[in-house]
Amino acid sequence: MTTALGSPEGYSIQVAGDRDQVVFSFSGRLALENLDELRADIQGLLGEMAARRLQVDLKGVQYLDSAGALALLELQREASERGLNFDFANLTPEAQGILGLIDPRDLAAPPLITERIPSPMEQVGEATLRFLQDLVQVITFLGELLLNLGHSLVHPRTVRWGEVAFYLKRTGVDGLPIVGLISLLLGLIIAFMSSLQLKQFGANIYVASLLAIAMVKELGPIMTSILVAGRSGSAFAAEIGTMMVNEEVDALVTMGLNPVRFLAVPKVLATLVAVPLLTLYADFFGILGGLIVGVLGLDLTAFTYISETQRSLALFDLTSSLIKAAVFAILIAGIGCQRGFQVRGGAQGVGAATTSAVVAAIFLIIVTDSAFALVFHYLGY
Amino acid sequence: MSTPDRPVVISVEGLTARFGEETVLQDVSFQVFKGEILVVLGGSGCGKSTLLKHLIGLYQPCAGRVLVNGVDVNTDDEAELKRLRMGFGVLFQSGALFGSMTLAENVALPLQEYTDLADETIELIVKMKLGLVQLAGYENHLPSEISGGMKKRAGLARAMALDPTILFFDEPSAGLDPITSAELDNLIKGLNAGMGTTMVVVTHELASIFSIAHRVVILDKEAKGIIAVGDPQELKEHSQDLRVINFFNRRPMPHQETRI
Repeated sequence: MTTALGSPEGYSIQVAGDRDQVVFSFSGRLALENLDELRADIQGLLGEMAARRLQVDLKGVQYLDSAGALALLELQREASERGLNFDFANLTPEAQGILGLIDPRDLAAPPLITERIPSPMEQVGEATLRFLQDLVQVITFLGELLLNLGHSLVHPRTVRWGEVAFYLKRTGVDGLPIVGLISLLLGLIIAFMSSLQLKQFGANIYVASLLAIAMVKELGPIMTSILVAGRSGSAFAAEIGTMMVNEEVDALVTMGLNPVRFLAVPKVLATLVAVPLLTLYADFFGILGGLIVGVLGLDLTAFTYISETQRSLALFDLTSSLIKAAVFAILIAGIGCQRGFQVRGGAQGVGAATTSAVVAAIFLIIVTDSAFALVFHYLGY
Repeated sequence: MSTPDRPVVISVEGLTARFGEETVLQDVSFQVFKGEILVVLGGSGCGKSTLLKHLIGLYQPCAGRVLVNGVDVNTDDEAELKRLRMGFGVLFQSGALFGSMTLAENVALPLQEYTDLADETIELIVKMKLGLVQLAGYENHLPSEISGGMKKRAGLARAMALDPTILFFDEPSAGLDPITSAELDNLIKGLNAGMGTTMVVVTHELASIFSIAHRVVILDKEAKGIIAVGDPQELKEHSQDLRVINFFNRRPMPHQETRI
């Protein structure tokens, strides 16, 4: 009995024999690209076998790689499982070498770690635990940060002022173009949209008041802080996270240096100076945006607009804006650094920390702003 | 020169490498024969890793060329480049495993990208490859959960995923203890003997050199190129070049001695 199987471009299997012994004669390429077909053909042939002895002749094999060897070893294993007497014929030294490298037991070895997808309830539980653990870590870090900030204020010579200047430039100066542009556009949009409504009541002039109060009291600090969180908070997380991965933070610890004081304090101090200044800058550009709309679209004079702006703002509005900006600055830099110190693993951990730093900072900014609103309301401001 | 018994698989012709004003390698030429383990060695800063990166097409030479199986590694032909890259594997110094993927996913990646094999077949090949490097059972481990030596072996399994005819190793023993380093050397020799894979190994570990190398190419920083090629034992015993003698005997050149 002789049959033939195979792939036109790759291999062929000639089957010959009788009731007692069957010979599979392989020829051509037993290689990676043919593996699926080869395994399927072998399975098919084994299934049809009635004889008790199987010989695999490799005389015609022109190329054998580890994938081809894998298929042959699989054949050998299945033949054994079926109780067949099995042997190879015309095994070249090269083929023997490749076959000898593969341990069939490795193919059957179960993984040491089994993948398990937790149930929805388990996932909710794990997420809740992670959130609580995270909250504890954030509060602990903020406490440690405040202690170190206090220490730095009492011992200013321990502060790395060169680093503070570096981050002040990165966070503050380099942020001027984007903060100015966004604030200007925001001012334009708010002034324009509010004018559409106020025009109906002949109350164009109140565009100036509306915009000034909105920008100075709320939008200026919030928008600026969100921009700084995106630009600098993420950068702090990425920088410290990469240092964690490269064991640079471990090196600091072994040198007796406090990583929070060494790495986080300069960033926080720089952000503490930069954000309030950027907020003032943002307020200015926001009001400028409104001025453009007022003068060009509402027939107001610049003098009128500016006077109304001045009249509507109280000193406390500006002060509260700067206080908020300062608090937001600590949150942005603190969260950024904390996420960086949390990084474990490699590049993926750094990426996750960067994203988390921005999201957490924005969340905390909004929550804190709400708290400020309540506090100021009950204080009568 | 290529012969039927010793075909040339890699040919470096007049390679010059510069970074800005600094010339690292000047007019370097040598060949790698099929089935051999060629070790590129030399002191720190002599251009070993630079040379390796030129061999695998990550850098373009300022002059000269590198041919792998007759194809220029800096070819513009995308299809040819893809075929070329499927034909060789690289083990980077730290393994360069993708941290977000398990070992199985790392090894499976080239198979998924370059073949049409069924998922079940790929899974079996991955098990086989991990078994070849003594990592059977570690399929679901992440790179962060295994040791440095295991990362190197997993990186080697990934480099071998497509059964390449050439393997490149960048400082395979770096950061490994002597025993793990010896185990890796045995693995390299076993794969070379079993599969006939041509191997180019960049290293400066003397113990590894004498263990695995069929031939060595010695680079020198000041010469900006090759100062010796040949059998390592022969070079150690018979070379007249002081730089070669001092390298094999771990003696700094007179101008390199430090004073405490």
